[in-house]
Amino acid sequence: MEFYITAIMLGLCLSSMSLGIFISMKIFNIPDITTDGSYTLGAVLTAILLTAHWPAFAIIPLVMAAGAVAGSLTALIHTRLKIDALLAGILVMTGLYSINLIVLGRSNVPLINVSTIFSYFHLFTNQTYSDALVAILFIALIASLVTYLLKTDFGIAMRATGDSPSMTRSLGVNTNTMKIIGLAIANSLTALSGYLVAQYQNFTDINMGIGIVITGLGSVLIGDALISWLKIRTIGWQLLVILCGSVIFQLVLAVTLSVGVDPNLLKLVTAIFVLLIVSIPRLKLNLRQ
Amino acid sequence: MIELKNIHKVFNKGEANEVTALHDLSLTIQKGEFAVVIGSNGSGKTTLLNIISGAELCSSGQVLINTTDVTRYREYRRSKWIARVFQNPLSGTAPNLSILDNFRLAALRTTSKKLSIGINDTFKKQVREKIASLGMGLENKIEQPMGTLSGGQRQALTLLMSVMDNTEILLLDEPTAALDPKSSAVVMQIADTLVKQYNLTAVLITHNLKDAHQYGTRLIQMGEGKITRDLNTTEKTKLQLPEMFAWFA
Repeated sequence: MEFYITAIMLGLCLSSMSLGIFISMKIFNIPDITTDGSYTLGAVLTAILLTAHWPAFAIIPLVMAAGAVAGSLTALIHTRLKIDALLAGILVMTGLYSINLIVLGRSNVPLINVSTIFSYFHLFTNQTYSDALVAILFIALIASLVTYLLKTDFGIAMRATGDSPSMTRSLGVNTNTMKIIGLAIANSLTALSGYLVAQYQNFTDINMGIGIVITGLGSVLIGDALISWLKIRTIGWQLLVILCGSVIFQLVLAVTLSVGVDPNLLKLVTAIFVLLIVSIPRLKLNLRQ
Repeated sequence: MIELKNIHKVFNKGEANEVTALHDLSLTIQKGEFAVVIGSNGSGKTTLLNIISGAELCSSGQVLINTTDVTRYREYRRSKWIARVFQNPLSGTAPNLSILDNFRLAALRTTSKKLSIGINDTFKKQVREKIASLGMGLENKIEQPMGTLSGGQRQALTLLMSVMDNTEILLLDEPTAALDPKSSAVVMQIADTLVKQYNLTAVLITHNLKDAHQYGTRLIQMGEGKITRDLNTTEKTKLQLPEMFAWFA
């Protein structure tokens, strides 16, 4: 049981990143690889500031701002220098690795004997449940804010930017600025996942972000499959399903490990799992033709 | 009013495939005028429209809208005056957004898109009434994604969207090219009605000579990046359709 709760917790902590990837990939149609870097950036800042005895809540704006800067940088390279979004993301991600290493000072910082966002609250006698509730409330707050944003007039312009750029420009929206703001938001959400995960697992590792974008993509793809299968049109419900996608993804990985798959194969299993999610709808289509 | 002064537009300058799309073109379209532009492929019609809308910036020359020099303004800054309907119905609407969202954005064409929720019951009612005027039965489908509609329906809605906010200039780039004859007729009718109703300055590009003959108050023929014929309302009314066909023979 504990095993699955850990998976659910991890899914919840990573679901903020899934929202970010939903924004960059589904709303803006941009494959944003900055994720690996901005996720670690969030965790690195959290570790440094927590060990400097900053209160966990005070760190949040800084973590989000740092993620936003990383995202805007990718978007600026993409829009101003007209470099492919994928390459722009890889460049920023690669650069961030060094920056993260310098900021962290070493490759691994444990977070023991510091007060984290989770250790503030003792809502149940069993701390596991208290942690889960904190994570749920935190994510619920984030998701509500994103839902509100996407429902506003500004949010409609954001959604239209990826959907029909020509129309959006003709309706008085600077689509380049919109992309910069969009990727900034997406990466600040990703950095928040780094913030949560670092505190949940009680350490920050310089390599914790490697391949994390695949986890996010997989979660969004699971969510997206559910969205089109259940024909969900309201943006709020869509985001909720994306959050579920993140938890489902971690649960599937947990099940895979529990049946005895070598943990060293975890990344391979993740990649194959994502490949399966992407390819199943296409395989079905091919059969029908 | 649209004023183009000595517009040159060169694509791929200095390369082997250099093309001069517009060659020293000057044109003034008065307020309320409905100019129809015809011409064979490659004559520069679409470039002309793109220069007016700001989707392309001219290589040299000057573009004025109501005496404001907008030569260096990008498309999103000219949207203050200009609404646009594209050849491809997909370009003028966002398929994954609901009809309502599309209309909301169109209603904010000339203003900023704020961080507040603008879709309320009043707005919904307003959109329903507007759409009902089309008589297509779409007024009860405003929550549906735009992509579920047919090309003709989408073009009709794009036209309607163009007058959701203060519009002075309406640019129509072969709006019926992708439509069947019946939908084409409907869309052209709507366009004509809106232009008259809102006293818009309109520019229509078309390959359909019957439409060019039937609609508009001015007829412009283009060839090789220049204006080759320019007929005012009196001349256009006198013009017979066979005569127009002869221009392209």
